[in-house]
Amino acid sequence: MTSIKNLLTTFIFLVLAFSFTACGGEERADRTSQPDTQEEGLTEFELEHGIGPITEKITLDDELDPEKIEKGRNIYEMKCEMCHNMQGRMVGPPLAGVTETRTPEFIMNFILNPRENIDRHPVGQALLREYLTQMPYQNVSEEDARALVEFMRDYDANL
Amino acid sequence: MKKDKTQKLRSLFVGIGLIAAAGLILAGCPSQQGMMDTREAAQKVYVAPGEHDEYYGFFSGGYSGQLSVWGLPSGRFLKVIPVFSQDPETGYGYSEETKPLLQTSYGFIPWDDSHHPHISQTNGDADGRWIYINANNTPRIARIDLQTFETKEILELPNTGGNHASSFVTSNSEYVIGATRFSIPYEMDLDVPIDSYSEEFRGALSFIELDPETGMMNMGFQIIVPPYNYDLGRAGKGVSEDWVFFTTYNTEEAHTMLEVNASRNDKDYIAAVNWRRAAELVSNGHGETMSAEYYHNYYEGNQGFAINDVKDQVTVLTPEDGQEFIYFLPTPKSPHGVDIDPTGEYIAAGGKLATVIPVHSFSRMIEAIENRDFEGNVENIPILSYDATIAGEVENPGLGPLHTEFDGRGYAYTSVYISSEIVKWSLETFEVVDRIDAYYSIGHLMITGGDTKNPDARYLVGLTKTAKDRYLPTGPKQNHPAQLYDISGDRMELLLDFPTIGEPHYAQAIRADKITQNVKQIYEMEENDHPHALLRIADNRVERDGDVVRIYMGSTRSHFRPDNIEGIRVGDTVYIHLTNLEQEWDVVHGIAVKGAQNSEILVAPGQTKTLKWEPTRTGIYPFYCTAFCSALHQEMQGYIRVSAADSDVSLVWRTGTN
Repeated sequence: MTSIKNLLTTFIFLVLAFSFTACGGEERADRTSQPDTQEEGLTEFELEHGIGPITEKITLDDELDPEKIEKGRNIYEMKCEMCHNMQGRMVGPPLAGVTETRTPEFIMNFILNPRENIDRHPVGQALLREYLTQMPYQNVSEEDARALVEFMRDYDANL
Repeated sequence: MKKDKTQKLRSLFVGIGLIAAAGLILAGCPSQQGMMDTREAAQKVYVAPGEHDEYYGFFSGGYSGQLSVWGLPSGRFLKVIPVFSQDPETGYGYSEETKPLLQTSYGFIPWDDSHHPHISQTNGDADGRWIYINANNTPRIARIDLQTFETKEILELPNTGGNHASSFVTSNSEYVIGATRFSIPYEMDLDVPIDSYSEEFRGALSFIELDPETGMMNMGFQIIVPPYNYDLGRAGKGVSEDWVFFTTYNTEEAHTMLEVNASRNDKDYIAAVNWRRAAELVSNGHGETMSAEYYHNYYEGNQGFAINDVKDQVTVLTPEDGQEFIYFLPTPKSPHGVDIDPTGEYIAAGGKLATVIPVHSFSRMIEAIENRDFEGNVENIPILSYDATIAGEVENPGLGPLHTEFDGRGYAYTSVYISSEIVKWSLETFEVVDRIDAYYSIGHLMITGGDTKNPDARYLVGLTKTAKDRYLPTGPKQNHPAQLYDISGDRMELLLDFPTIGEPHYAQAIRADKITQNVKQIYEMEENDHPHALLRIADNRVERDGDVVRIYMGSTRSHFRPDNIEGIRVGDTVYIHLTNLEQEWDVVHGIAVKGAQNSEILVAPGQTKTLKWEPTRTGIYPFYCTAFCSALHQEMQGYIRVSAADSDVSLVWRTGTN
């Protein structure tokens, strides 16, 4: 008797649950449910190297390019330093050591396409939860982003 | 008996018919609301959320002094571009960068009356690069850059009272024109009795050269003309592109009670000026240099403070016998608008008090000049014979025809003020073919893509003078309406009615893609050449030079640097140079300081703007970001400590260290 009752309750529950979710449509379900990550939509490459215009591995010389470092430093001071210290938390995370934890492609994609990486990439989503501020696109070209990578590599090499 | 009855009936019908016909002849076809089915009308003006309008509409702000921007056909309000009046919403005319734009030879003028916006042209078509607009009261012309929708330049016109016949550009933006509405003594600051009008007063027609690359203005020359009122103007097109036309009234030379005294003559004139010939005469040394003080205000680089380039001379050209560059076309009766059809052949005048719309023919005008078909001359300006130049008179145009635009399909549309209607007439037969009511008392009208060689005449906008019951009442003063009509078919049909800002006089509309392709989303930091820009956030600082303190401040979401400042003293003049280091579209920061006798200053991404502040009391002054910029916008604030004039609190600034 109890088991039938239980079965009935479960059934009613299921029907109710179904009627609540089914009619919302896909769009509403997307808006209300916020899974920790949405890794399914990302390629292997994107998971490792971020989402953006850099879609292939880039080759880095072991030797650092002083011209690129200088250019990268200038861009950092004009467009990044307002929110990122090299050491210590500010509006955003500190940048020291970033070339050791992220690939150069990831760094470039994040600079070039911050919104999508924050919206869809698990790393971006985690960063937003921690810092609560969306990193903006700062009108940085691909070439400039590459120079920023060089500047950060140089910084990390001298840590 | 039966026959008699039929005859009676017949005569009754004939009688009614005659009365109706007489009514028709006397009044013309009555205007109608001409409103299409509301659902169909709504569909035609509906632009779905997130979608864009097909046209930009630029409406003069009239006594607001500004230029408002609208999406058409939806009637969506897009923005107000401040031009001739201070605007606390943006800090225009309050920031140190923009204050110099409002300087004139009469000092700082915080207000004016803007009338006729006109988009720059290439080959007779609006090119969407700049838009010019005139100030009527303290005579000036402004240039607005349509990449940033900001006023970039203002030029004062000397020897001019009431710059109304302005700011119309020629077919390739060679010149923008201006003119005297109220004739005044020609020499600077001449102190004479008002009743010396005919002897001492003169009109001036101004030809301002435009730089083809930058759109910058340069006072080319002025033509000295008799002391009439020069009311409106237009540049020719196609066959007449070397000419500009001005209407005149008050050929009676009245200087009091013009309402009566300037309405006596049956005909006044349209002045036809061959600007190319006039410019040649000037470059061949026929002009004369006279002293005049006027301001030319503009930016030298991408950013920074507008400068005041004070001029002390102007070149004037006084018509001499045989120079063949200016003619008068007699035109009834106190004409207001003068409008040129897309081919350049027809010159339509709106005689405020005339019973017809007179239409002159450009080719007949040229013929009459060649045949020396003159009725006389005034001050060496030949007067052509009316019969020699007239191509047709539009009968029954209603009462008080003012302005005409053309659809490029053989029809003209004239606004008629007193009977408050728009009449459509044929350029072939000069007959009215359609008419529609305007609510109420229509002034200017404009057609999308109008006043060009190729109007894409989908819509017509009528700009009326009173709203009365059209909208929810808002007190004794209602805002001025704009009414949108569909003119793609044979009959005009009313689609939409919406209130505007200020008093829109003329307006222009241009296909949106001609502008959107050039619109800037940010000021690029790399191109920020402001002398006080903060190009590296690490350089944020405060500098003192005597009583002048400069704060070099940066902003990004969601803080200012520096945000704690001490060592300011009562009696200091403080300049806060705020650079918005954001490079993302539409992320704007503002700054306001408690007690500052100034407005807030809004700073677009990549821009540097300066707030001047003269603290008069000691204390702690909070400042904050006025534009909601981020989730932590409420945290975007700071403090400035103001000490006594003789205090020795040292100048310090910091951010992020409690």
